[in-house]
Amino acid sequence: MKIHEYQAKQLLREANIAVPESIVARSADEAAAAFKALGGSIAVVKAQIHAGGRGKGTIKTNPEQKGVQLVKSAEEAASVAENLLGNELVTIQTGPEGKAVQQVLVEAGCDIARELYLGIVVDRAEGLPVLMVSSEGGVNIEEVAAKTPELIFKEHFHPDTGLQSSQVGSLCEKLGITGDSVKSAEKFMTALCKLFVDLDCSIAEINPLVVTGGGEIIALDAKINFDDNALFRHKELEELRDLSEEDPAEVRAGQAGLSYVALDGNIGCLVNGAGLAMSTMDLIKLHGGEPANFLDVGGSANVESVTEAFHIILGDEAVKAVLVNIFGGIMQCTTIANAILEAYKQVGFNVPLVVRLEGTEVEEGRKLLAESDVDIISASDLTDAANKVVAAIA
Amino acid sequence: MSILVNKDTKVVCQGITGRAGEFHSKNCIEYGTQLVCGVTPGKGGQEVLGVPVYDTVAEAVEKQGVDASMIFVPPAFTAGAILEAVDAGIKTIVAITEGVPVLDMARVYDKIKGRDDVNLIGPNCPGVITSDECKIGIMPGYIHKKGTVGVMSRSGTLTYEAVWQLSNVGLGQTTCVGLGGDPIVGTSFIDLLKMYQEDDATEAIIMIGEIGGTAEEEAAAFVKENVTKPVAAFIAGRTAPPGKRMGHAGAIISGGKGTAEEKIAALEDAGIEVAQSPADMGAAIQRAMAK
Repeated sequence: MKIHEYQAKQLLREANIAVPESIVARSADEAAAAFKALGGSIAVVKAQIHAGGRGKGTIKTNPEQKGVQLVKSAEEAASVAENLLGNELVTIQTGPEGKAVQQVLVEAGCDIARELYLGIVVDRAEGLPVLMVSSEGGVNIEEVAAKTPELIFKEHFHPDTGLQSSQVGSLCEKLGITGDSVKSAEKFMTALCKLFVDLDCSIAEINPLVVTGGGEIIALDAKINFDDNALFRHKELEELRDLSEEDPAEVRAGQAGLSYVALDGNIGCLVNGAGLAMSTMDLIKLHGGEPANFLDVGGSANVESVTEAFHIILGDEAVKAVLVNIFGGIMQCTTIANAILEAYKQVGFNVPLVVRLEGTEVEEGRKLLAESDVDIISASDLTDAANKVVAAIA
Repeated sequence: MSILVNKDTKVVCQGITGRAGEFHSKNCIEYGTQLVCGVTPGKGGQEVLGVPVYDTVAEAVEKQGVDASMIFVPPAFTAGAILEAVDAGIKTIVAITEGVPVLDMARVYDKIKGRDDVNLIGPNCPGVITSDECKIGIMPGYIHKKGTVGVMSRSGTLTYEAVWQLSNVGLGQTTCVGLGGDPIVGTSFIDLLKMYQEDDATEAIIMIGEIGGTAEEEAAAFVKENVTKPVAAFIAGRTAPPGKRMGHAGAIISGGKGTAEEKIAALEDAGIEVAQSPADMGAAIQRAMAK
């Protein structure tokens, strides 16, 4: 689960991690009031959307307006907020359609001496969380990792013992953090590592991490995502979820226990199992088609959830044909066959439907479909299925 | 021969009194697995499917001499169940449960890392099956035929597809292992490659990977240096967009890492026969064996 920068910074504040003062605004007037309340001569107005690259991103209808802008008066704060709010911000991560800005964060200006990078993720190879820092802050860390990996320093830590003092010392030395700043860095890093574990984060990234003129370590930006599998033990985080930032079809699928990702093509896919679902997309592409989605109905799917899957797939107007690819294991082919018949009754199929069934109860499943009056193109194996579905839209 | 499990393996099911635990235990017994007991805390003394239920794994080990466990407990209790099995001295632990928090697995992995006396398979996996001998998991048994190919995979139904294709071209399997689709799992491709390389019955190996992480690249490097048997591979997710989780928590391209292209390049560099299409997995292992 993703959250906004302003929500992430609130969590940091609650954990005694240094962040600049800031106020959320949902209108131009609120932005002006926020500027005055902060009381400084400068502030930064930052668009709040679930995507990175906001500083370089621009408003779709007004390319002059960037997603993050320095302002020097309440009037200027109001005018920037006016330009951002209610409009779509396009960044390298949003796709060309952009994301609507619902709120801005008005943040006090900060005396920046150095910009660093800090990120925490779970290192799959080591099986432990890892704190990564770099002297190259504020920039695309993936580029740093690709071009100058020697500028990224890492320390793994155990979830229960956290980051050790000696590890902080080693990182500070490599980053050239000295004097009183070391103490500030230790407080910052150990608290953030603890927050990462306490809240079951999947990523906690501070880019840039700033050393102020006074030597304090402070988070200028903050990105926090949570491990979906652990949300059951963090009910308090649920209210931070912003459904308007998520694809409505993906939200609907999630509620039905389906795993769905919308794509750009025109062949809808309904598959059981994530690996087979990805492979089905690959197969369609290999045969010259374009998949409209990834959809895994899961192992415990029933007639209701599969019918919902058809609703979602056929709700995508780009879909010109549907490929059902099922290898029954726990899922019985008869369940899928019954679901197809039920969906036909409820939804109706206005596009060609190619079905490939294999596995548990396959004969019974095929028989159910063959004896029905639903118009189905049946396929014998993967290649046959791909050929038939691509031919159906030609 | 085979790896991990065989006809003599004695299995306990942790969570046998749950719906999924009982259903799949029944299927395993019907396949021929020596599933001799179950464990559910607080339900000791009952009988399910004609086998006794104990309160603890230690009791199951003491009374029945079990050496493998199949875990079907809810995600919040999976890490605890795994560690209970480890502490009871069980060597082969197969965690089927999907949805385990990744930091729970970090804690578990830290305890079992580098230990020769524990083989944890999963979590979020279909399980392990040695054809015609022992099935510990949720895979459909009937597609598996006895033979000479070792199958290892990060996926579930895609593994069934691979096994199906192998059986259809007349190639049976020794042991088929689903590693699981999570970021941290107990057993890696490399762990299994070592076992398959040493297993006399296994003549060739097929690896089914997917986008995300670097497990396939590491396996490719290991094959290049250490594996003399023919190896074929397939990578799912060539067309997956970056930053989107493809069902499995571990199947995500992030920070430009974990793409199918990188993995396929590493596999081909190691002399592994890569299936270009998921329909080509059976043929790919035939090509690898003919080399």
